[in-house]
Amino acid sequence: MQSFFYDRATDVDDAVRLAQQPNVRFIGGGTNLLDLMKGDVEHPTRLIDLNRTGLATITASADGGVRIGALVRNSDMANHPLVREQYPLLSQALLSGASAQLRNMATTGGNLMQRTRCYYFTDPAFNNCNKRRPGSGCAARDGENRLHAILGASESCIATNPSDMSVALAALDAVVVVRGLRGERRIPIAEFHRLPGNEPQRDTTLGAGELITAVDLPPSPFGANAHYLKVRERASYAFALVSVAAGLALRDGSVERATVVLGGVAHKPWRVPSAEAALRGQRIGTAEFDRSAVTLADAVLAGAQGFKDNQFKIRLAHRSIVRALQQAVQPAGVPA
Amino acid sequence: MTYVGQPVNRIDGRAKVTGSALYAAEHRLPRMAHAVLVTSTIASGRVAHIDSSIAEKMRGVLLVMTHRNAPQLPQKGHAGASSPPAGRVLNLLQDDQVHYNNQPVALVVADTLEHAQAASRLVRIDYLARPSSLDFMAAKANAFTPEKVQGSTADSTRGDVGAGMAAAVTRVDAVYTTPVEHHNPMEPHATVASWDGDRLTLHDSTQYVTGARNTVAKTLGIAPDKVRVICPFVGGGFGCKGSAWSHVVLAAMAARATGHPVKLVLERPQMFGMVGSRPQTEQHLQLGATGEGRLCAVQHDVIASTSFQEDWTESSAIVTRMLYDSTSQHTSHRLVKLNHGTPTYMRAPGEASGSFALECALDELAYAAKIDPVALRLQNYAEIEPEKGLPWSSKSLRQCYQVGAERFGWARRNPVPRSMRHGDLLMGWGMATATYPANRQAASASATILPDGSALVRSGSQDLGTGTYTVMTQIAADALGLPLEKVCFELGDTDQPSAPVSGGSQTVASVGPAVHAACVAAREKLVAMAIADSASPLHASGADDVGVDAGWLFKRSIPARREPLAAVMGRNGGMPIEATTEAKPGDEKKQFALHSFGAVFTEVHVDPDLGTITVPRIVAAYGVGNLMNRKTGHSQLMGGIVWGMGMALMEKTTIDSRSGRPVNANLAEYHMPVNADVNSIDITVVDEKDPHINSLGAKGVGEIGITGVAAAIGNAVFHATGVRVRDLPITLDKLI
Repeated sequence: MQSFFYDRATDVDDAVRLAQQPNVRFIGGGTNLLDLMKGDVEHPTRLIDLNRTGLATITASADGGVRIGALVRNSDMANHPLVREQYPLLSQALLSGASAQLRNMATTGGNLMQRTRCYYFTDPAFNNCNKRRPGSGCAARDGENRLHAILGASESCIATNPSDMSVALAALDAVVVVRGLRGERRIPIAEFHRLPGNEPQRDTTLGAGELITAVDLPPSPFGANAHYLKVRERASYAFALVSVAAGLALRDGSVERATVVLGGVAHKPWRVPSAEAALRGQRIGTAEFDRSAVTLADAVLAGAQGFKDNQFKIRLAHRSIVRALQQAVQPAGVPA
Repeated sequence: MTYVGQPVNRIDGRAKVTGSALYAAEHRLPRMAHAVLVTSTIASGRVAHIDSSIAEKMRGVLLVMTHRNAPQLPQKGHAGASSPPAGRVLNLLQDDQVHYNNQPVALVVADTLEHAQAASRLVRIDYLARPSSLDFMAAKANAFTPEKVQGSTADSTRGDVGAGMAAAVTRVDAVYTTPVEHHNPMEPHATVASWDGDRLTLHDSTQYVTGARNTVAKTLGIAPDKVRVICPFVGGGFGCKGSAWSHVVLAAMAARATGHPVKLVLERPQMFGMVGSRPQTEQHLQLGATGEGRLCAVQHDVIASTSFQEDWTESSAIVTRMLYDSTSQHTSHRLVKLNHGTPTYMRAPGEASGSFALECALDELAYAAKIDPVALRLQNYAEIEPEKGLPWSSKSLRQCYQVGAERFGWARRNPVPRSMRHGDLLMGWGMATATYPANRQAASASATILPDGSALVRSGSQDLGTGTYTVMTQIAADALGLPLEKVCFELGDTDQPSAPVSGGSQTVASVGPAVHAACVAAREKLVAMAIADSASPLHASGADDVGVDAGWLFKRSIPARREPLAAVMGRNGGMPIEATTEAKPGDEKKQFALHSFGAVFTEVHVDPDLGTITVPRIVAAYGVGNLMNRKTGHSQLMGGIVWGMGMALMEKTTIDSRSGRPVNANLAEYHMPVNADVNSIDITVVDEKDPHINSLGAKGVGEIGITGVAAAIGNAVFHATGVRVRDLPITLDKLI
């Protein structure tokens, strides 16, 4: 490992001030960043430790929503009464991620910022990775790409975002609150992560020197009629091949509003708001509901394109959307 | 009190959970330096240029060893390469050639691990790549016949397969494939090497201290008695630690070159290449059966991958030669050379991959012939070993089928695919036969009865986490007539009486009889001492009339005549009583076929839309002779079954098709089962007396557990879905 400077920020202002230096990374739980540093992928000059900044609280907001501090541990968020009661979808997504040990360390902000697990990104022995070395090419396009994107990929990058939490946040219309030198900025979750385009080295729209301070969740119309479906090849400690965060706002047994977000399929949580209209007005438990779910899935996956090893993800994602919507009809439970 | 057979807790359990058990990498020596390997990033070619000038100037760096400055070894480092498992073709920086990705090409030694790691990244290497062989299918055009297949012939023929196939009423013709897999013991390979003058001491994580000593000595060109290898604990081996690989010798070379003790621990990604793997196989099975389901023709043709450095052969068809009674049979093994690291023994090498193909083919035959899979196997039950024509030393397979089927509820199975449900999920039941040879080699042990009434028993064996310490302590306590806590068993040191590799499930069957014999010999000396001692209540008794139990000598015919053994020894000079004995196989292998058998039954649930597979229960029954310890033995069998689940559903080393570099070389992306995947595992060990196999009647249990499991799960998946997946692992994309 290379040497680096380490600063411990005392509060948000201090953290933002310290961040106005070159090649800085914030560190919360370190569950992803430290691995990447040890793996010769990340080489920060300076780490700014956020653990003393007081951002580890969850509070009810005036609008009936909830604010989650950037330093709240994933396990604390998943198990907080406000989250369990109002956003069971988020609890489910968090508890499906990583392992208990990792969730005890990983933070809200760090989860939003976690980097792809593309093999060619995480192993610097591979020369061609536009995300790690801009302009070097993409080894994954013609390589081993079973885990890779089927939506929103570009010539320069077919990596996926590995987060479960972010998929649920996208379904819940969360807002990422950030602070920079010029004050606070609120970024809707749909605009926080970006598609790779020809700048795959940029995962998010966060500016240099900006710090995530919190995530705001608006009051959820979905309540218990939500389901996070994670399809993977072992029961724990595996990234999603495909995941779906689905929620239904019901009135008198009919759908007023649906939300559907795919994970594991693109460089960001994949949501097609226009597709969600397909379920509006459908009565649950009817054949028409199921047909509309299929229509919705068709629309979400419009333009999906697979590569050598991941063609199956298109079919899997389609079926997973339908399944998650059917599951969302049943009131959600959150594992204890 | 008889300890053998009891579910005795691990003797070393407390030391392990409290951290006082020192593993190889935990040894700290004064002035110890740290080495980090730099490994190749191409599959084939040569090192054109190395610039280590920046690395050499880094803080704390003592040495950057490359092919340009490495000490020249006898025979270019190949002097120890003659005899697996210990002796392999190593990569010791003797030339500029690259044969596989992740091959050692440089070694950085520094005062701290961090300094060595930092410097290792600054060794600049330019390669001149050659075209590489990475495509198994393409390389098949150049498949060749290996000289030997694990001590046997590459091919075998019995009867006339052509005629048998022509006469068959039912036939199966199918190709099965298994991927490259890596062992991934929790403890990575690690060596601490230190020189004292011309004497070398290695703390090494190994399955074979004696083999490591001999290989290192030969490779370095020094006398074996100048090398001591110490390994009291191994955090899992599974075959990859049966050989002394390159890093062991490189650590010794670096220690000599720097004048410091050197610690070298492989990083997890470095475990994918230079320390062996299970190779890729393609297995063509052809079965022919009569209308009643009697096999009249069996053909099993194996193509397996190996490296350009050795013709190591996965012996997948060996199991087919002995498992069923068929009037005709042909097996063959061919190799294809790939630019991979050399494959090696991996838990049930040959049997694990071969039983997948054979036992799936049997299931296909059962469907084709409309016969129950258990009935089909009973129909073709081998009453004697069909290849050699020898009687079995013992075989309880019929009982295993019966017990397993009963405990599983097999009779309730509707054989029609997709006919059984668990809620909304498809339910499938499948079964397979398990088998593994009952191996044994010569081993020595010493037993010393100490004047305080305790005993020290030693053998240079290894405990891979399997329970060797515990089982040997049980055997010794019984043979000596001492309470368990009075017996200290030591292993893992070449200064101890020598023992064979802890591989091939042979440790209990090899070392156990040696420990038993040494302890009996020491006890006999003690008894003789008492008989000769006029002050002893046992004076002038017949030797057969003197027993030892719980630390007391007693007269069998008059049990009231007794005294503590410490009393006898105290009166007779208070000197330790010692015996060293070798125990080795006799000619039982010429008279009998020696194997363990079992039957595995599995239930799977498959999501019909998403293809996700869970294994809610596995029932297995085994005949493994006299089980020494029900607890550790059960754990061995269970561990094997869990690995079989991983083999069936998850395990695969994904190798970049262009660079030959494993891309999932870490425990996050190389999937094996986690606790949440493992549900009910019901294991029965049936009573089996084997009077022929060794003095303890014991067969090994380390490897049989994995055999048959992948097939049983594959067969259950077929039953659940109607989809026959012949390509491991059975992942959901193959079902949707």
